[in-house]
Amino acid sequence: MVRRLAWQVGTVASVREETATARTLVLDVPDWPGHLAGQHLDVRLTAPDGYSTERSYSIASATAEGRVEITVQVVADGEVSPYLAQVLSVGDPLELRGPVGGYFVWRPADTQPVQLIAGGSGIVPLMAMARTRAQVGSSVPFRLLYSVRSPAEAIYADELAKLGLEVTYAYTRRTPPDWPTPAGRVNAALLADVTFPADATPRTYVCGPTPFVETVADLLVDAGYDPAAIRTERFGPTGG
Amino acid sequence: MSVISPGFTGRRRHDRDLPPGQYLTDGFPVLTYGPTPKVDLAEWNFGIVTETGATHGWGWEALQALPHETPHVDIHCVTKWSKLDTDWEGVSLDTLFENVETEAEYAKIYSYGGYTTNLPLEDLLDGKAWIAFGFDGEPLEAEHGGPARLLVPHLYFWKSAKWVRGIQLLTEDEPGFWEENGYHNYGDPWREQRYQGD
Repeated sequence: MVRRLAWQVGTVASVREETATARTLVLDVPDWPGHLAGQHLDVRLTAPDGYSTERSYSIASATAEGRVEITVQVVADGEVSPYLAQVLSVGDPLELRGPVGGYFVWRPADTQPVQLIAGGSGIVPLMAMARTRAQVGSSVPFRLLYSVRSPAEAIYADELAKLGLEVTYAYTRRTPPDWPTPAGRVNAALLADVTFPADATPRTYVCGPTPFVETVADLLVDAGYDPAAIRTERFGPTGG
Repeated sequence: MSVISPGFTGRRRHDRDLPPGQYLTDGFPVLTYGPTPKVDLAEWNFGIVTETGATHGWGWEALQALPHETPHVDIHCVTKWSKLDTDWEGVSLDTLFENVETEAEYAKIYSYGGYTTNLPLEDLLDGKAWIAFGFDGEPLEAEHGGPARLLVPHLYFWKSAKWVRGIQLLTEDEPGFWEENGYHNYGDPWREQRYQGD
């Protein structure tokens, strides 16, 4: 008999402003069983008149019992993300259930090199993987290619620099001063320069907006990577 | 047992009932676990294999020669979005099953790229499912499952396998890709059957 994933009531323990438009919610969830890196949880919001809606959010934190973190990027005109990122406060309840998902995950027992490729807030589930690797002291080689519009929009930048993985940024609109290359989208040349080569048989996780993931996954397949070793998670064009 | 979310009002009210937990979108999100397969029409083939091993197959031209239907349906994704009044073009599974003799009760769907999903055969018949190759008056785009996908609008949309290439009929149920990865075996949006145990 399969146990139903029950709805639980978490409490906002603290919040961290990550960028001007993204915020991490640290949630105390007494019955949280822990999770795998890359899994998500569902959030349910209910208005005083009974109107209710649900969304899925990738889990950002490494596993821990009784506590879980999500990072919410505000979606312009969204219904749920502005509430989570701007209204919800420390001490407020939040209804959630999870963890969910058994495919877009990294397990510490996996030993092949890991290539992470994130677009924008697609970094969130990949951050859970990088944090998990650090948490367990794994020596599995990890590289991250992180595409953001500008340095100010890079989530977790300070922590990423300390996690012991190779990080390359690709800035699509504005670069830091003295950056060696002009702003631009991820392309075949950049992928060839900074990612594990196909013959290293990396497991690759790509997460970001749909056009980003489509482009990157197509480029990887064209470059000879095994499609079965490329795991993707797409989001947008709408959402909350 | 819902708790009230302090300060949450909700904005996207609508006239028509949606399945529980769903929200409306005007966009057409793409959710796929891997790269988008690119399927050449010259090599495209769709087959139905019965429990006795009998095979019925169609190439692209043979499929196009069958009567087309234009289902106008609402679709519901387990990731919470619903899209109303979508327009498709395709061939009814009833047409494809006209000469198929089977006692099987279950179907496992196979896709180019390796995806699978399962559902009871009765959920594919009696006007409930199509092999769709057109969306909104245009050929179905690859990222949405083109050249052809299954369309089973009364179940969560992961059952509407993209890049479909065949159906295996089975006397015993066999879980597919997401069904083995934590999602519900049947997936009725109106009963909110998202995950195993729901």
